[in-house]
Amino acid sequence: MGGAPAPREPGPGGRVPPLHPSPWLSSPTLLLLAAGLVVPLALIFLDSFRLRGVYGGFTPIPDLWEHLASGAFLGNYRRATQGIYLLIFWRSLWIAALTTALCLLAAYPVAYWLAVMVRPSRRPLGLLLVVVPFWTSFVVRTFAWVWILRTEGLVNNVLLATGLADQPLHLLYNPFSVLLGLVYGELPFMILPIYAALERLDRSLLEASADLGAGPLTTFWRVTLPLTVPGVAAGVILVFVPSVGQFLISDMLGGARTMLAGNLIQNQFFGGRNQPFGFAVSFLLTALVLLILWAYTRLVKRGRLEDLL
Amino acid sequence: MTPSGEGVLPRTRTGVRPAVRATRATFAAYSVAIYAFLYAPIAVLVLFSFNAATQTAVWSGFTLRWYRELAADEAVWRAAWVSLEVAVATTVTATALGTAAAIGLRRTPPLVRRIATPLLVLPIVLPEIVMAVALLRVFGASGITLDFWTIWFAHVVFCVSYVVIVVQARLAGMDDALEEAAADLGATRWVAFWKVTLPQLWPAVLSSALLVLTLSIDDYVVTSFVAGVGNTTLPLQIYAMFRKHITPEINAICTLLLVATTAMILLAAVLQRTVRQPRLPRKGGPR
Repeated sequence: MGGAPAPREPGPGGRVPPLHPSPWLSSPTLLLLAAGLVVPLALIFLDSFRLRGVYGGFTPIPDLWEHLASGAFLGNYRRATQGIYLLIFWRSLWIAALTTALCLLAAYPVAYWLAVMVRPSRRPLGLLLVVVPFWTSFVVRTFAWVWILRTEGLVNNVLLATGLADQPLHLLYNPFSVLLGLVYGELPFMILPIYAALERLDRSLLEASADLGAGPLTTFWRVTLPLTVPGVAAGVILVFVPSVGQFLISDMLGGARTMLAGNLIQNQFFGGRNQPFGFAVSFLLTALVLLILWAYTRLVKRGRLEDLL
Repeated sequence: MTPSGEGVLPRTRTGVRPAVRATRATFAAYSVAIYAFLYAPIAVLVLFSFNAATQTAVWSGFTLRWYRELAADEAVWRAAWVSLEVAVATTVTATALGTAAAIGLRRTPPLVRRIATPLLVLPIVLPEIVMAVALLRVFGASGITLDFWTIWFAHVVFCVSYVVIVVQARLAGMDDALEEAAADLGATRWVAFWKVTLPQLWPAVLSSALLVLTLSIDDYVVTSFVAGVGNTTLPLQIYAMFRKHITPEINAICTLLLVATTAMILLAAVLQRTVRQPRLPRKGGPR
């Protein structure tokens, strides 16, 4: 790596080139990520073209050429693109998109209030209060909704006791409860980046806009919002990506009819025992997420994904 | 932005107009509602951890029974201990590796950067379950038995990027002139690093360590795949309890976690006050 120990003389700009430690410092981390992510991903990609064995492993491939020529290697992908599975993918994307939209709607005003309207000395407390709930356990927070929404749960008890309902409502195990759990779980990840962007915003620009005769809405639309797009974009990614692939919330709050891609994958390892199919679904899901992120970054910034994070 | 190019109007200092006050009140009310949404479920969980009823969410008297049961529940304590061990091991490793990487990547040749950036972004954009599946497969393929260290390895893999990103952000905001000044004053590369760069990095290192601790201690998805028998972490244990039957003991765990979290926040606040970034001497000040 070109870390040549340059003599410390003024560079072209007349500046002394700054000191820097060896670029080799990054190699352990990069090796770790290569060994812990790239190699495993390559492995499951190859395995996704194999077929399940009788007892949950893989069917041996006696003749590789035959396996390829007969098209058998695409078996898992053919299955994963059948109607019922496409529906699961579609549902995952749709719920994740809804979650992201709802989080954005809930988060922006809060972030704005915190960053612009709250006294600076009180902002750290306000932020802390956003973060504290998600420092308890994720499983427990999801459990809270089960406990509140289930048939003998809090909401139903209140409804029955007050006579607003004469029999328990089915509030749990439907798409609505999954959506609620997702929004609840991901909301802080939307508030924090938007807050960070708003706080970095140069207030004099807002004053300038007002001085030039723009009303509050115009100022928001033409100055504040465009300048906080990076924060919004980061929040959207931080909420959308985990929502698409999650399985815990839909497992705890959703019923059989709200199976999402994450549950489908998980089932192949703990229930269905069809690992190669699970790998194929994993790859389709990853491809889908990356494709959406790529399109999204093009749309938002004409920039690269890395710049948003 | 608005093309009213007649020049800047003189700025007038009007007090808080009623319209402004109304806007503020609206925003405040909205925010309070969102905060309520964030806290209400936790609050009722905590409240009902003291409830005498076994099954239903009807208040039927105060009890500490669930805490007594929790105290006697060895499986939960063992799981909590495993979680803590994993989290501490992960935090130390990921923070050290990530900070070193961020510093090393500061001025890398473009080629290295082109390889490093996607590698670092990958754990963040990859659906967690895919990561879990891949890690499980690679452990299986290489004949590694699932145990404490597989959890640790998996956690470092998905946490290290966050450290790099947080520390890199801090490095980007740092003034090179300080290091240059140190060099001009005769400091060697490493002295300058230890005495000038690193002290400025501490806040970022600390906050990324805290982030890693949180991510690791709370992880369910990856851990559920790579945890072997006998290495149940707390989230896995709680999930298992939830599946078996819903008991107010889970509410009691929630309360204890809240207490622990609050204690940790206070500790972090104290730490932050101690390890504050060094003030820059003012221009024309002493020395």
